[in-house]
Amino acid sequence: MGKPPFERVVSAHGAVVLRVCRAVLGAHDAEDAWSETFLSALKAYPELPEDAAVQAWLVTIAHRKAIDILRARQRHALPMDELPPRESPLGIPGGGHPEVLDAVGQLPPKQRQAVAYHYLAGLPYKDISELLGVTPEAARRAGADGVKALRAALAEASAPASKGTSR
Amino acid sequence: MNTKPMEDSQMDTEALLPDGFFDGLAEPAPGTLERLHARLAAAAADRQLIDVSYRTVDSPLGRLLLAATERGLVRVAFALEDHDAVLQALADKLGPRILEAPSRLDTTARELEEYFAGTRRSFDVPLDFALSRGFRLSVLEHLPHIAYGSTESYADVAKAAGSPKAVRAVGSACATNPLPVVVPCHRVVRSDGSFGGYLGGPEAKRTLLALEAA
Repeated sequence: MGKPPFERVVSAHGAVVLRVCRAVLGAHDAEDAWSETFLSALKAYPELPEDAAVQAWLVTIAHRKAIDILRARQRHALPMDELPPRESPLGIPGGGHPEVLDAVGQLPPKQRQAVAYHYLAGLPYKDISELLGVTPEAARRAGADGVKALRAALAEASAPASKGTSR
Repeated sequence: MNTKPMEDSQMDTEALLPDGFFDGLAEPAPGTLERLHARLAAAAADRQLIDVSYRTVDSPLGRLLLAATERGLVRVAFALEDHDAVLQALADKLGPRILEAPSRLDTTARELEEYFAGTRRSFDVPLDFALSRGFRLSVLEHLPHIAYGSTESYADVAKAAGSPKAVRAVGSACATNPLPVVVPCHRVVRSDGSFGGYLGGPEAKRTLLALEAA
């Protein structure tokens, strides 16, 4: 039995790849990045080795697509860190932290990528270091710094409203 | 709370995160993935990147899987064949670039609906016989010539397909017909008039012959 139908790849990994794209690019450009990622993946799928780690492969493609989009944004003179306005909370069910997406958008790109690839996609820092072209130690530090910054931003955002986290 | 001194291990950084920290990122607006999937299927079809498109339809014979290549309808499968297993077999034989793309099978779905409603007597969607070869292919190519509402015996079909003695081979060609209903193997019955086997089950064959006799 060979590779599963590509539909299975989309249903198994589509949500995670979308989360990663949202973290790296913001909600708006994430959809273009997701589409480009899965279109490229579909094209290359017949050549993918059968024992390949599919999610890591998809994240690698998403990373490249995100860089293309970030470069295009730079060409249009938009600051790299700028994200579209926060989505309506209506789009975010279940009492999560909508401000996290904003906070992630405030991180320097390498921290943002390290956090997305490690915490959302579960990539080991060794793989992330290759994607980012840095040492594994630097990748790990970027992830740790990113999480610290996010935690601080979240504490700040939720304190005045004093909504309280569910206990 | 973790009060250990800074150490960049994964455990330590994860301990800094409250539960559900990424929930706001996790769930985009409902329907987003479905919309992106439809967009992917359309773009992939435009660029001819799909080996097989598929959808399912409900019918009096249960849920049917319909699968098509760019050349035409390549597979119709009954629920009892296990649709996941059928899709895996299609991936192995025709290529793994398989996507659910309902709109590409709209015409087939509509013709089947009309057929089951009794308002259609033959199908005119293009067919892809890529899954059949040799004598089995000759048999399948003959079957659409058996008129709606009539039947032929396995021996009749063997003769028509050019090998009068290959009666058993006609039986196996029908039993492995990749395009049941559309390519009417249900119109092939035993010489004594009994139904014979059917890959959708004997009840399905009875239903189809009764529909066409009405």
